[in-house]
Amino acid sequence: MSIAAELPVPPATPDPVDPLLEVRDLHTWFDTPRGMVRAVDGVSFTLRRGASIGIVGESGSGKTVLSRSIMNLLPKKAAVPASGEVLFEGRDLRPMSSKQMRSYWGPQMAMVFQDPMTSLNGVVKIGRQITEGLRQHLDLSRQDADAEAVRLLTSVGIPAPERRLGEYPHQLSGGMRQRVTIAIALACGPKLLMADEPTTALDVTVQAQILDLLARQQAERSMGMVLVTHDLGVVANRTDDIAVMYAGQIVEKASTRTLFRRMRHPYTEALMRCIPRVENPSHTRLDAIPGRPPDLAALPVGCRFAPRCRYAQPECLAENPPLFSDEPGHEYRCFFPVGTSAGAEALERNERAGSTAAGTTMDLLTKASA
Amino acid sequence: MAGSGTAHLRDRDDIVLTVEDLVVEFPLGRGRKVHAVSGVSFDLAEGETLGLVGESGCGKSTTGKAIMQVPRPTRGSVRLRGRELTGLHGDDLRKTRPQMQMIFQDPISSLNPRRRVRDIVGEGLSIWNRDRDGASRSRVDELLSAVGLDPETAGGRRAHEFSGGQCQRICIARSLVLDPDVLICDEPVSALDVSVQAQILNLLEDMKARYGLTMLFIAHDLAVVKNISDRVAVMYLGKVCEVGPAESLYARPTHPYTNALLAAVPRPDPEAGSTSVPLEGDVPSPVDPPSGCRFRTRCPRAQERCALEEPLVRPVGEDHFVACHFPVHAADAPADAVAGVATMS
Repeated sequence: MSIAAELPVPPATPDPVDPLLEVRDLHTWFDTPRGMVRAVDGVSFTLRRGASIGIVGESGSGKTVLSRSIMNLLPKKAAVPASGEVLFEGRDLRPMSSKQMRSYWGPQMAMVFQDPMTSLNGVVKIGRQITEGLRQHLDLSRQDADAEAVRLLTSVGIPAPERRLGEYPHQLSGGMRQRVTIAIALACGPKLLMADEPTTALDVTVQAQILDLLARQQAERSMGMVLVTHDLGVVANRTDDIAVMYAGQIVEKASTRTLFRRMRHPYTEALMRCIPRVENPSHTRLDAIPGRPPDLAALPVGCRFAPRCRYAQPECLAENPPLFSDEPGHEYRCFFPVGTSAGAEALERNERAGSTAAGTTMDLLTKASA
Repeated sequence: MAGSGTAHLRDRDDIVLTVEDLVVEFPLGRGRKVHAVSGVSFDLAEGETLGLVGESGCGKSTTGKAIMQVPRPTRGSVRLRGRELTGLHGDDLRKTRPQMQMIFQDPISSLNPRRRVRDIVGEGLSIWNRDRDGASRSRVDELLSAVGLDPETAGGRRAHEFSGGQCQRICIARSLVLDPDVLICDEPVSALDVSVQAQILNLLEDMKARYGLTMLFIAHDLAVVKNISDRVAVMYLGKVCEVGPAESLYARPTHPYTNALLAAVPRPDPEAGSTSVPLEGDVPSPVDPPSGCRFRTRCPRAQERCALEEPLVRPVGEDHFVACHFPVHAADAPADAVAGVATMS
């Protein structure tokens, strides 16, 4: 698309090397009988062409709604028209109708979902599901589309692809099905691939295969990729940047290396600490995060993580921290960041007092079981 | 791997549960059948946690259910404190039920949505007539508090008012109310978020210490299994590959399959790089499993012998057993041990 002339030049963004996707202050709210559910509440990030970002968070952090909002897949009736922009190559997708979006879905941006069984049509042969987009968008003849489908299935590592074209999804294993959905997503050569928990339903060995496959395809096609997951281990060595989401907001964002080396937000730290590791001896007490994420319809005034945070101070309850930054590209939403003197003092104060400013006992926060 | 044999069964006085040569087959008609579990043996000592790990379709859940006698195993023996369960019927079998309890993967669908938490947790007590003189109520309250729920507020609610992690706590309370000897956990944390998973794993450790439980912990996540288990058994396509103490099995995996599983575990560390030597392809169909060693079709070390002869479980270390003709030696570096070995498929 030649829309380079319309590309706005954002003054705030440092070095906008031809951003593929720019999400600016995105809000997606749902009006429900319980009140306004603020599923995505002011999210901004930029994805360069050919780069990848991992979005990490617990269930209910808004990461799936974020990915659906970017793809413009949410029903217009459900989502409240709220502020924010999703700029894909400089053009805002938000106001577009489904009809307009059709020219984007497939050739420009494509998505891989969590459950390959429900995202494939169970009564349509695999060949037709792959060639549908090819015929529609690339105007290929039936023979050419079939040949392309075989090539795609080969590239995602499916043995005997000619035979698979005539099979139905139920004849394939879970890992094979996910390879087929990836082949469908890649079919029209999208510039952006959204993968929403693509390996959560799969076994570890298959998970490693699928993640390697996604990384390889992303590099070969220099495609932008957004990988949504709840597992920090999955994104650790597979995406350029990581954004950690909590209660509808990005609480920390940095390059993967920086995030793991110098994490600043207590939530990122807590997520890291609760992962069981194969290196640790058996029966190691896990540092669980007590409690649950807040109700998105009744968010607290202050920091949304404060009730579960070891560092919480009175300031945290009064005001939701804005995004701070102490090095380029690294942003975090915390008054008392991990690894700083302010954070260390806050932790020490709480340890002396035996509880945090939010009233959570420190005992519960360090070796919580209940 | 994928071998048979009972060399790893221990001859000790404190064995609570022994599973010997367990076979579960499901008929498909026309003489064909699914070989879900084919000759699995293991035992659990008092107060021990055995982790049973493997990919989907390896028969680990079927093994757990066959121990409970639902469905009944096709062949083999299951002994609970020396008592054979496979031959028991009707009331005799029913009387063993309070001794063995189970918790499942999806905590929300394993709770009746129409019943209150207090009734769900207390049902076992009323069935076994242990609810006289209000004993039931205090026992239920004790269990609910033990799993971290407030009996006053939680007792009167129904399952839909709780999150997945809280529902799993209710399931744990229900399974413990009759004070069982053995608790079988079938993927109890795989449907939960990492943060909640840590809570439930810690809770299971607490419950084990408090109520003196012996646990069979079935899961596909190797890090989770290591965290909770004393011993670990690795299963592949209905057979046991390797059994051993958690520390020694993870430090010195000798079965090529264990090795591959460990290499595939994602590490939350960008410096670690991608060390995965992912297995090629998928698990073969259990309807028509490969001859000899069942892992040979995906094994980087497979030789001709593996197709002809099924490996038997044999010792490779203290209390550490493997079923493989060509085990990875402890001295070999795990990842490059496979180089130069002829591959057969």
